[in-house]
Amino acid sequence: MALAGLGLRRAAVSTLRLSLTTGSPSRRRAAHFTFQPDPEPTQYGQTQKMNLFQSITSALDNALSRDPTAVIFGEDVSFGGVFRCTVGLRDKFGKDRVFNTPLCEQGIVGFGIGIAVTGATAIAEIQFADYIYPAFDQIVNEAAKYRYRSGDLFNCGSLTIRAPWGCVGHGALYHSQSPEAFFAHCPGLKVVVPRGPIEAKGLLLSCIEDKNPCIFFEPKIMYRAAVEQVPVDPYCIPLSQAEVLQDGSDVTLVAWGTQVHVIKEVAVMAQEKLGVSCEIIDLKTILPWDVETVCKSVAKTGRLLITHEAPVTGGFASEISSTVQEECFLNLEAPITRVCGYDTPFPHIFEPFYIPDKWKCYDAVRKMINY
Amino acid sequence: MTREQGLQYYKTMQTIRRMELKADQLYKQKIIRGFCHLYDGQEACCVGLEAAINRTDHLITAYRAHGFTYTRGIPVREILAELTGRISGCAKGKGGSMHMYAKNFYGGNGIVGAQVPLGAGIALACKYFGKDEICVTLYGDGAANQGQIFETFNMAALWKLPCIFICENNRYGMGTSVERAAASTDYYKRGDFIPGLRVDGMDVLAVREATKFAADHCRAGKGPIVMELQTYRYHGHSMSDPGVSYRTREEIQEVRSKSDPITLLKDRMVNNNLASVEELKEIDVEVRKEIEDAAQFATTDPEPPLEELGNHIYYKEAPFEVRGPNQWTRYKSVG
Ligand SMILES: Cc1ncc(C[n+]2csc(CCOP(=O)(O)OP(=O)(O)O)c2C)c(N)n1
Ligand SMILES: [Mg+2]
Repeated sequence: MALAGLGLRRAAVSTLRLSLTTGSPSRRRAAHFTFQPDPEPTQYGQTQKMNLFQSITSALDNALSRDPTAVIFGEDVSFGGVFRCTVGLRDKFGKDRVFNTPLCEQGIVGFGIGIAVTGATAIAEIQFADYIYPAFDQIVNEAAKYRYRSGDLFNCGSLTIRAPWGCVGHGALYHSQSPEAFFAHCPGLKVVVPRGPIEAKGLLLSCIEDKNPCIFFEPKIMYRAAVEQVPVDPYCIPLSQAEVLQDGSDVTLVAWGTQVHVIKEVAVMAQEKLGVSCEIIDLKTILPWDVETVCKSVAKTGRLLITHEAPVTGGFASEISSTVQEECFLNLEAPITRVCGYDTPFPHIFEPFYIPDKWKCYDAVRKMINY
Repeated sequence: MTREQGLQYYKTMQTIRRMELKADQLYKQKIIRGFCHLYDGQEACCVGLEAAINRTDHLITAYRAHGFTYTRGIPVREILAELTGRISGCAKGKGGSMHMYAKNFYGGNGIVGAQVPLGAGIALACKYFGKDEICVTLYGDGAANQGQIFETFNMAALWKLPCIFICENNRYGMGTSVERAAASTDYYKRGDFIPGLRVDGMDVLAVREATKFAADHCRAGKGPIVMELQTYRYHGHSMSDPGVSYRTREEIQEVRSKSDPITLLKDRMVNNNLASVEELKEIDVEVRKEIEDAAQFATTDPEPPLEELGNHIYYKEAPFEVRGPNQWTRYKSVG
């Protein structure tokens, strides 16, 4: 599996080359989205050019500097991790604060809960979101319910679990999954997915500071491909607040992570080809999600399209769809539409067909307008 | 070892070696994509093992599965075609490097450690049906630290299941050496209440003899046994890992020159007048030809049709519809 990179700079470079063959001659393998950087933020001081994995490193660096109780652990993290997110941190903060675990996800998360329940800050890395399932019990039954079942006497709120997430190009069944909906079914957890480097840093620092166990899914296809001017100092971007990235009047498009860039392109296409004005929302936090921002938007536009890579049945789009239907029934001009992954395992060679790309989303917008 | 056996082991190991090197080449040409884990260096494990069990015995391993797929009877062309994602691949092009299967070979498993409890279940079936069959269950030194392995040891010993647990210790789990990952690197002892053997996994005869002993133990109804095969992978963990930053080039070179499984067997055969150097060279030529033909096949065979996307999700007598990316796209799925 595994991309494998491991600790090594060269490994990781080629790792990502393997995945992100945007410029490759074989057109079929071209990435299905174009990353659109956010503007440089001005309110947090000096910025630096960083890609997604560097902005994660920067956030972790800030967290370790500010909080002497913070520790980072996971498979191969002390050499930088498969995706380079922890490069240099062991050397800077010491091997008692940044350390490798054996290969045992259930143990990693359980161990993290133990650290967190003492009040220390635990930042665990699961090498791929696809490998989080051995730890599913610890997350769902232990982490999520600790506070509730102890009548607020105990909690593991200072636990954050990071994991690379989503399609990457050639990842096949076990390096491509988007399991956010499994965890969205679990009160007590927070689940967050950033759309780019600036957002990633601010949201990750919020997760680390948040007093609840958080799962932070990092769109791995963007680790190197996404570059922005990221503030060097720590800053927080609030959880459970969606962001309207573009105002519009005809259709609301909702996504998170990589798909945000897909819907941005769709909005341009819809404007140019159909004269349709789209409102774009990045949900950011999947649980607990920002119902108000989404519903306000749909009340205005009357149409909602939600898109994610995970299979359509039981995906988080279904939850959004049914909530919006309850809240905005009389505002709706067309059925709420989901553009998602097929109800199949994430396929090996059929990935280009599986991805809910801009063409599928655009087609859906067209049908909604003509409904 | 007879001359015929020696020649056969030599040819099989050489075929696996050449197949892996061809896969490396196809990968670098971007004909094979995604995740690909090669087995070169570890050939004596699968060949020695297979020489000591029967085809009717059962075998399950992790994702480093190309060698076992071959020794379990799948021709090179179907393995390479699986790697290139073609219709004639042994999993119809739908599995890829980590997911290959054959009769009595249960794969090819991507989740580290997950195959081990399955092995115990297969062993229970062997016992239940009373057919004198056993299950060989393989995992890596990294996988040895997963909790499921210990759960399985307990069940297998409790129910005296005919299961050989084999830890292929190639000294690394991705970039982590065994010393950095395991409180005890005596993997053969980690079954605690299960007897264990430590075996030179670079010596095909040592592997064969140890496996015969272990298989007899299981068939005699004495319950499971653990075997640690000390081996080495020449390639990095997967194709994106050059494999030289967590270990030295000298270390790899030393293994290659002192304990390469193919060279060891070759020297042994030549020194004992079981075969001549020329004869072995002829085999090499034959093997090369087979690999070239297989590669040619694997690069020209067609890709599976798109309808395959929706197939094999459930067992269904009547085809059903798979929900697609939106409410207008559906795929027929047949079982
Ligand atoms: C549950 C799970 N966690 C992590 C991974 C990623 N991963 C794949 S292989 C591997 C190392 C396994 O090492 P080992 O068991 O020694 O087998 P080897 O690669 O040496 O054959 C890791 C961490 C995975 N596939 N599954
Ligand atoms: Mg290993």
